[in-house]
Amino acid sequence: MYVKIDHTKVKGDLVRKIEEISGVDVNRCYQCGKCSAGCPGAPFMDLLPSQVMHLLMTGRVDRVLESNTHWICASCFTCTVRCPKDIDLAGVMEAIRQIELRERKDFVRVDKLPERLNAPTIAMVSAFRKLTS
Amino acid sequence: MIGYYPGCTLKTVASIFDRTAREVFRELGVELRELKNWNCCGTVYSLASDDVMHQLAPVRNLIRAKEEGYTELLTLCAMCYNTLKRANELVRRDPEVLSKINDFMYLEEVKYDGSVEVIHGFELLRELEDKIKEKVKNPLKGLKFAPYYGCLLLRPREVAIDDPEDPQYLSYLVELLGGEAIDFPYATECCGSYHTVGAKELVYQRTYEIVNLARELGADALVLSCPLCHFNLDARAKELEAERSGFEHIPVFYFTELLAHAFGLSELQLKQKGTQ
Ligand code: SF4
Ligand code: SF4
Repeated sequence: MYVKIDHTKVKGDLVRKIEEISGVDVNRCYQCGKCSAGCPGAPFMDLLPSQVMHLLMTGRVDRVLESNTHWICASCFTCTVRCPKDIDLAGVMEAIRQIELRERKDFVRVDKLPERLNAPTIAMVSAFRKLTS
Repeated sequence: MIGYYPGCTLKTVASIFDRTAREVFRELGVELRELKNWNCCGTVYSLASDDVMHQLAPVRNLIRAKEEGYTELLTLCAMCYNTLKRANELVRRDPEVLSKINDFMYLEEVKYDGSVEVIHGFELLRELEDKIKEKVKNPLKGLKFAPYYGCLLLRPREVAIDDPEDPQYLSYLVELLGGEAIDFPYATECCGSYHTVGAKELVYQRTYEIVNLARELGADALVLSCPLCHFNLDARAKELEAERSGFEHIPVFYFTELLAHAFGLSELQLKQKGTQ
């Protein structure tokens, strides 16, 4: 029997959108796991960065969106400089956050923060830029 | 001509970084001329290819620099450096984005063209090496520093001021000033960054590991170039002492404070317990 696996059909619109925003072709990932090994957020993530890549290339973007991984990602670019396939995984994480933020799903709720938040300007501006819509 | 962009945090909680930088560069014969009219750079570079809006803030600062006739713009904060530098690289390689940005900011008299070079304090110091040697009056003798770069001076590769995986400049500088730089395996690790606002536990864990390792390896202090790293590794570390028994914070300094000390302009506060 002849079976043709067509990744363009597997991916679906949302994955294509993520690829468009990040400029990354997720199929280039060969699942070496180097990104996950060095990720500072990994102990706090539901899914490891390499698992996110696997789910994206197999079109299971719903599992990705259910996880906290893209929110926990701190845009440290460790994965990006280490990926042997030159994949900008930090950019993929940003694209997934953008998918959520564009639907007004925020990770940080400004109204839920303590009234006297002990954090410098630089922390607040960056947190609100990254994690609120 | 070099213009100086301090950024928001150097005007508030990190004012010591701004003050010591001005003093140190003056001592080295370079007057830091602050841009007359700058705005927040946005702190983080937008990674979304279809999001041009968030490139306006950094590019507007580059317009300000060009307007005042500066060919280089000096930054000290690692986040400002990264954001301004990456936005500059973007508009240099993508003329379409550049013209979109210029069209949007049509009220600006000067159009941006990618001509300003964004540099970090380390790059200027590299050129002033001989002068630095001359000015050392009070060497950092007997003091061990853990060099800490964090993320944004080194990553991604296109804006790295040193080797992203094995940077050397901070150690070199510490030794130029007569101190000892320890070999610090966490020099390029992330401190948890802006999660200090909404996911503090992550920052506590990162701080715990980084500070503990620095202590274990015998460092007297950490030295760095980012006000957000400073906040996480210093203020958050102090909070953490109450939560994790046996944990002790470590003094954290900006690299300009080391220079100021070595030049005899001010003194490092190295007392560990009860320091501010
Ligand atoms: S490092 Fe790159 S190739 Fe390896 S698993 Fe991660 S994204 Fe895929
Ligand atoms: S950029 Fe995000 S996913 Fe990549 S290593 Fe850093 S925290 Fe992990």
